[in-house]
Amino acid sequence: MPLAGFSAGLVVCLFVGWLVFPQILYSEKTQPIDFSHKLHVDEVGECDGCHYFREDGSFSGIPRLASCVECHEEAVGEHPEEAKLVAEYVKPGKEIPWLVYARQPDCVYFSHAAHVKMAELDCVICHGPIGDSDHTRPYQYNLITGYSRDIWGWNIAGMSKNAWDYSQTDESGEVHIDSPARMKMDDCAICHEEKGTNDGCFVCHK
Amino acid sequence: MSEQHHEAHKHHEGHGTKYKYGMVIDLDKCTGCGACMVACMAENNISFRKDNSDKLLSNYWMRVYKISNGLPFPDTEICYIPRPCMHCEGHGHHHHTPCVSVCPAVATDYDQETGIVSQIYTRCFGCRYCMAACPYHVRVFNWWDPKWPEGMEKYLSPDVSVRMRGVVEKCSFCNHRLQRARNKAYAEERREIHEDEYQTACTQACPAGAITFGDLQNPEHEVHKLKDSPGAFRLLEKLGTNPKVYYVSSRAWVLKAADVYIGEEGKGVTHP
Ligand code: SF4
Ligand code: SF4
Repeated sequence: MPLAGFSAGLVVCLFVGWLVFPQILYSEKTQPIDFSHKLHVDEVGECDGCHYFREDGSFSGIPRLASCVECHEEAVGEHPEEAKLVAEYVKPGKEIPWLVYARQPDCVYFSHAAHVKMAELDCVICHGPIGDSDHTRPYQYNLITGYSRDIWGWNIAGMSKNAWDYSQTDESGEVHIDSPARMKMDDCAICHEEKGTNDGCFVCHK
Repeated sequence: MSEQHHEAHKHHEGHGTKYKYGMVIDLDKCTGCGACMVACMAENNISFRKDNSDKLLSNYWMRVYKISNGLPFPDTEICYIPRPCMHCEGHGHHHHTPCVSVCPAVATDYDQETGIVSQIYTRCFGCRYCMAACPYHVRVFNWWDPKWPEGMEKYLSPDVSVRMRGVVEKCSFCNHRLQRARNKAYAEERREIHEDEYQTACTQACPAGAITFGDLQNPEHEVHKLKDSPGAFRLLEKLGTNPKVYYVSSRAWVLKAADVYIGEEGKGVTHP
């Protein structure tokens, strides 16, 4: 009898902890525009058509409206999302308030140049196959900390789900990643340790 | 044992270039204007209060001290001593930087690649052991959350995180400027950072050109020569903290006040 009671209690706790609590902890927002990476990759080419390095070494993670305007000064197609882009942002000259899945806390410094140019990591290693997506996925954020769920990861138990564990290379040499990466300090540290890079605090903190 | 030990503890790891960043401050040039302090506060988002006159409670990373030879007019002389963090190296490969060796949270470390002593605000829990350990009174404690005058948040530097109440902070040799310089170098697919690409805010702000900053090990950097100039010394050298900030003065009373003895006097006093 006590065992049954304990088991029932455990089930309830797990149910609340794994299913109910995350629902309460994370809230959801939708991106201002439903953007198709797939379509744009087909039209523009590689990622660096929009996400490029500036002369000072900084990285255009979120391109400014000016990049969009290069093609979308007027609507080029019939898509309602494009019409929305032109009417709400391009015409009034207003920057699009994108929600950044990979935004790190204020104390973190990240150099795309170090990882892309020097370590020659592929974008998908950390960001997943986002270039193949047709729609923007919902942006989930922690109600207490305000951080994007992509930082903590989608496994509520916080199990290590590193992007590079999931990457698979098919016959054609293409890399596939099944789940969005987790971007916690541990994930950075594991790779830095493996590669023997400097693991001093001030390499990644500011 | 020692080779293995070095290997096991990765004392010489990282594939970046090795630097030993340091400073040489010419006390004969410093006029005590305080431009370095102001530049530092603006650069590093250092918080302040409406009344910042209580120097025991106010935060500074760079602080200008004033000493005098104590003689009556007309022989009075003043010397101003700008004091950033000394980024103590300690001796031997374990370093023993005073503040680093006492921190129970590993919130501060000695970077083998740059010689910079870090401070990670989100890791610090405010025990203040490091403040007690630092012989130079470099470290300051945040008694309050920062409160910026209306609209000033917009002027904060995005490259330096602001600190919350309850943590310790200190000079970082403007580490974010090194990060920026590295970023640019990497984008150009090179690893070395040139002398002019990484300079601290105080160095650039000093109108008298009293502060020189660079790689102490690199013969092409100005500091490499200056640190060996006559009258060069370091503060509390005999403690063995092995600081990376050097001072230069030609005035005997300044050297004496700094506990530096010349010739016979100095036998066995200063640390090797
Ligand atoms: S001067 Fe003080 S804070 Fe700076 S490294 Fe030395 S002991 Fe640490
Ligand atoms: S106050 Fe912070 S940095 Fe200093 S010793 Fe304590 S935990 Fe470490």
